[in-house]
Parts: sequence; structure tokens; C-alpha cells
Amino acid sequence: MSLSTLFRFKGGIKPEAHKDASAGIPIAPAPLPSRLVIPLRQNARATARPLVEAGQRVLKGQIIGAAEGTLATAVHAPTSGLVRAVEMAPVPHPSGLEALCVIIEPDGDERWIDLQPFDHRNASPQRIRDYLRDCGIVGLGGANFPSHIKLTPGEAGIRTLILNGGECEPWITCDDRLMRERAERILGGALIMREITGASHILVGIEDNKPEAVQAMSAAASRLGAEGVTVHAVPALYPAGGEKQLIRVLTGVEIPYGKLGTHFGVQCFNVGTAYAIHRAITCGEPLLSRILTLTGNMARPGNFEVLIGTPIRELLPLADPRPDTDHFLMGGPMMGFALPSLSAPVVKATNCIIAASPALFPPPPPEMPCIRCGACAQVCPAELQPFELYWHARAKNLGKAQEYHVFDCIECGCCAYVCPSRIRLVDYFRYAKGEIWAREREKSAADAARERFEFRNLRTEREKQEKAERLAAKTAAGREAVARAAAAAPATASAPTAATVATASAPQPRAADATKALIQAALDRAKAQKAAVTPRNTDNLTAEQKAEIAEIEARRAKIREMARPHTPPDE
Amino acid sequence: MIIAVSVMALGAILLGAALGYASIRFRVEGDPLVEKIDAILPQTQCGQCGFPGCRPYAEAISRGEADINQCPPGGEEGVRKLADLLGRDFKALSAEHGEEKAKSVAVIDEQSCIGCTLCIQACPVDAIVGAAKQMHTVVASLCTGCELCVPPCPVDCIHMEALRETAENWRWKYPVFQLEQAA
Ligand code: SF4
Ligand code: SF4
Ligand code: SF4
Repeated sequence: MSLSTLFRFKGGIKPEAHKDASAGIPIAPAPLPSRLVIPLRQNARATARPLVEAGQRVLKGQIIGAAEGTLATAVHAPTSGLVRAVEMAPVPHPSGLEALCVIIEPDGDERWIDLQPFDHRNASPQRIRDYLRDCGIVGLGGANFPSHIKLTPGEAGIRTLILNGGECEPWITCDDRLMRERAERILGGALIMREITGASHILVGIEDNKPEAVQAMSAAASRLGAEGVTVHAVPALYPAGGEKQLIRVLTGVEIPYGKLGTHFGVQCFNVGTAYAIHRAITCGEPLLSRILTLTGNMARPGNFEVLIGTPIRELLPLADPRPDTDHFLMGGPMMGFALPSLSAPVVKATNCIIAASPALFPPPPPEMPCIRCGACAQVCPAELQPFELYWHARAKNLGKAQEYHVFDCIECGCCAYVCPSRIRLVDYFRYAKGEIWAREREKSAADAARERFEFRNLRTEREKQEKAERLAAKTAAGREAVARAAAAAPATASAPTAATVATASAPQPRAADATKALIQAALDRAKAQKAAVTPRNTDNLTAEQKAEIAEIEARRAKIREMARPHTPPDE
Repeated sequence: MIIAVSVMALGAILLGAALGYASIRFRVEGDPLVEKIDAILPQTQCGQCGFPGCRPYAEAISRGEADINQCPPGGEEGVRKLADLLGRDFKALSAEHGEEKAKSVAVIDEQSCIGCTLCIQACPVDAIVGAAKQMHTVVASLCTGCELCVPPCPVDCIHMEALRETAENWRWKYPVFQLEQAA
């Protein structure tokens, strides 16, 4: 452990940790579930393209969804078995909506694909990043951000790698256990990342309420004998495990909204991610499982290594929820959400499932008006003014909310935690953010529609003009032809008829004749066209079709009837 | 006295010339207010406002010939934005122009489509693909939900379908809050 100076971030709170319930329990593998539901949707902007179909056999580790788009990673079969379906199924999302999932029935054989270690020392940086993407490596801290993007050095290059072992949310202990039990492999992953990025040192930040983890990581660091790796115990203060907060505490660098750590030469990875990268590079194993904590109102809380896609319902008996549990939270109590459905599977972001009972998590008391005490502003780690934001978000004054930097809010919930008026501030900020994004989308859709509409007008205008020109050319050609015919007639006729004599002697009537000829020609053309046209599709109908039409007519009449404004008969 | 007058006159002429030049050199194409209003309107070109499209309505507003609450697809939010822009008071959508509906897209029943191309001609944003005597279909991502293609269809095979909420377009709802009664 090094004693170099630590910085601190503004604000923060000290909620009760509740970690003792599960911190002492070693990681146990969860049994193979009866079916696996693997969502292809990864985040709001990336859904993998399915590569398998129902009835197909897959091997453990086989890619079943291809990464499409910059924020996507590949999706793998967590075990060998039979693909039952590729269909919409509930996913762990606060909305309770469904998303496209691959449903696999395990065969229990755990037959792997061919595993090949990856030689990252002799591969180009792009190759390494593609490899990590195809191994499905994403941040396991909860945000699920693809790691290969974070490993792309910006202009500043990456000088400092930070391993995030903060785990500041109450109840969660999966990273703690991982660091205690598999410290060497975590550091191994960090060393690989250092080689990939060319960073000079690695800082491991662990909250000081996890002394065993600090000790295990320090011991592993000295065993590995790697230079430039230091383990720091940072003061336990929620949200010290937030990426920006931990970077601030360890390096003093503050990262503004919209920038990545790479812009400042620092990058931060969760310890679980480092472990996954180690497995991917040294064993060739894609990310198929994660460690998660089952805790809260449970008889036997613990930490489990669970296959991605395991339905949460099948997992719960491992920890035995007590009978008075009324709902389950995914994630911690501060930033997590209530699971709308227990058939939703474990995903890469699922770090904890908490059984909630009315005694442990009493329903929120009614809100009272904001008294502008400023307590929220004192604890906000993003240095915002939550009460101002709340004011504007509640009034749906979104422009103002944006001016007050609602997008800087990390939704940590500190403000709502301390608010004496018990206002659920974060809900307002989430609403404001979603609404601003939606309006942004609407605006660009309207702009695109305007462009298409203007282009369409332009095209119609052009077509009209072209048609007019074509018509003019045709008329001129027709006139000419008739005139030529008329001029040729006297010469070819052996005996001039009265008509030709008349035409020859009077030029005026000849022009009139030409027009008449033109009209006649047009009439003939129209007649020919008419004759060529097939009968209308309303002729020669079968009785059935007629009945259908009558039905449609009746429906129309009814709709017209309904649409008519209802006026009282006496008016 | 004469000098003073002539200096002032000369100044006036010079400044006038400068202004005149600037008005030609820095001329703004189109009416900037109309642009701003048009940018707020939803561009469905549906004509529910009583004008043949969004821009004509924007022009009418800027001339003071139309009220700001005549656009049902823009909804209350649109009225609010227009009120903000023009420094007027917010008012509810006028009932005679229709009411705000959930966003929907047109769907062509491909079984019954006879390929008459009438809907293609009606669609202001070219969101329908098809050709004479071929089946037509709506490109949902381009459709603005203006309903203009519904009445021309001779076999009544176009209907509007409200957009479903998916995990992609879902967003957090406005919190339902409950205030504690002061004793
Ligand atoms: S803590 Fe609550 S009551 Fe105090 S200023 Fe913030 S929002 Fe208002
Ligand atoms: S939820 Fe947002 S506003 Fe509230 S304390 Fe956290 S960062 Fe600040
Ligand atoms: S398809 Fe129909 S509803 Fe959609 S934009 Fe075109 S005309 Fe309007």
C-alpha cells in the first residue's frame, strides 16, 4: 500500500454499508439453469445481430450475436446446448419491456469451442481491440460500456490505468470477493491492459472498508513483482467508486461531461473487467459469466459465479429469500432499480440482486415542498445544484435544466438520500434527461422530414417542367409533320383536287387544317390507349369480393357517421 | 452655421450610403422569423392547421394571420415553444383543428394493396415505396404520421398504427408526486 497523497471529491454521503451479510462468503458457482435467455440488446444504441436460429446446436463460447455499430460487442452462448428460439423476452430494464433474446436449452455437456490464447504482444492495437470486442468484454461495474473503446488511446495517450475496486454501493460485495480470491488474475489483466495502452503505472483504488481486499491485492502486486503498480485504500464515501470520483481521488484529474478519461491520459476499469480481459487473452475465453451478490432479505446471502442469461427466478433459491420479500432490486439500493419481472435474465451489468422487504426498504414517504435548505447541493459529487435542477425539471423547463447541467448528474442518489423533504430528486433528473433526448430525436426527425418534403417539391416542379418541355417538343414535331405532309400533297397528287387547290391558294385555312389534323391524331391516340387498357379491377368481381366491398363501404359510412360532430337535433 | 449643417449633412449621406450598402451586402434570404417558427413546427405537412403545409402556417403566424395553437401534431409542447419564441401567452390547442394524438405511422395492408400509386402521390415526405400495379409499403422510419395517405386509398388498405414503446424509445416518466398535507 502506498502512502502517496490522495485527493478528494466534493460531496458524498455515508450510507449504511450492509456489506457484512455477504462479504465473508466465498464465491460459489451457480448450477446450470434449465434455460438461458441471452439478450441481444446491449445498450440504447447497440443491438447485436443474431447469428443463430431456433433448432441449431451451439457450443459454449460460440458467437451467437454479431457486434454491429460502434458501441456493440459480440454475444456468446454461455454453455453448449440447443437454441430453442430467437424471440422477444423480458430483460432486466426498469421499463419491464421486452427485447430480442436468444433462448438456449443447455445440454449439460459444457462443450467448449476451440480455445486459443491470444498473443497480444504480436498483434496490432486494432486487432487487439477487435478481439476484445469479439470476446464481448464490457465494463462489469454496471455501466456496460465496451472496454475496447476505452482502450483506444486518445491524443493524450493513456499514462495511468486505474483499477476500480471501490464498490461503494451498500450491500454489494462481488468485487470485494473477486479481489480477495482472484487478485493475481485481476492484476494480470491490468498488466495486459498496460501493455496494450502503453500506460506507465497502474493505480488500484479500493475503499478502506475492505481491508482484506486491499491486503490481497497488495500481496498479489508484490508477488507479481510488477513495477509501477500501487494499491490505495481510499476513504469509504459513497460514491467513491464512481469512475469520475475515483479518478479524482487517485489522480486529482477532473473529467468534464462528454469527455472520456483518455482525453486526460487516465482510464479506469472495474476489477471484474480486468479479470475478464485476463481470461480472454490468456485462455481465449469470451465473457460468459460474472460474479454477483445475492443479498438483502435472504436467509443465505452470498456471492455466486453465474452464467450470463440465467433467469433471475432460478437463481433466487440459492440464497433463499425470506417470505416477506415484496420485490427485488437489481444493482445497489442507491442506483439500482426494482426488477419488473423475475423471468428477466442476469446480464453483464447485473452485479447484485437485493431482496427488498417493507422492513428493510420502507416505501418512500410522501414528498414535501423543497425548503431550499441546500443539503442536496452539499452532497452532490458532480457539484450541481440539485434543488435548482429539480425546480426546472419539475416545471418541465428542460432548457433551463440543461443550462444547469442536468447531464452532469451521475444519478448517484446522494441528493435524494439527504433531502429532508424526501423529494425523489433523481426521478426528476432521469425524466428530464430522457425527455431532452427524445426531443432531440424529434427535432432531427422533423428536420429530415422538412428536407425530404422540400426535395419532393423540387422534384415535382422539375418533373412538371420536363413534361411541359417534352409536350412542347412533341407538339412542334407534330405541327412540322402535318405541314410537311400538306406541302407534299400537291406535288404527289397527279390531279389537284379542289381541296388542295383551296389550301394552296389560301394559307390561312391550311394552318387551321393542320390543327384539326393534330387534334384528330390525339383523339386517335386516346382511343387506341383506351382500347388497350384492361378492364378496371372493380369489374368482373367475384361475389365474395363484392361482399367485402360492401362491408368496407358500410364501415366507411359508420366511421363517417361517428366522425360527424355531434350536434343536438334542435340546433 | 453652414459648416455645421454641411458636416451633419455629409455625415448623414455617408452613414446612409453605408447602411444602404450593408442592406444589400448582408441581405438575409427569407424571413428569419418564419425560419424560426418553421423550425418549431413538426413538419408533418398534414394541413390540420388550415394551411397547405408547415411553412405556409409559419408564414401566416409571422404575419399575424394565424394563432399559435392550430397545430395538433406539434401538441402543447409546440404551442409552448411558439409562445416562448413570440413572447405570447400559452393557450390550449384549439379544438377545431383537432387534438394531439400519440405518434403513429401508416401501415399498408399489403394483401389488399392494388398498386394504384395514389398514396405515393399524397405522401409529402416520400415515405411510401411502390410502383404502378405493384404492392406498396411504408418506410416506417420516414413516415411522419400525417395521415394524408389514408383518404386517397381506393381500397381502404392504409391504417394508422400508434408507435409501440420499445426498450429503445422508452424513457423515464414524469414522477408522480404526492405532497404531504400540511396540518
Ligand atoms: S435537500 Fe431537498 S429540501 Fe433541501 S434544498 Fe435540496 S431539494 Fe430542497
Ligand atoms: S443524483 Fe445527480 S444531482 Fe443528485 S447528488 Fe447525484 S449527481 Fe448530484
Ligand atoms: S406514409 Fe402516409 S402518414 Fe406517413 S408520412 Fe406519408 S402520407 Fe403521411
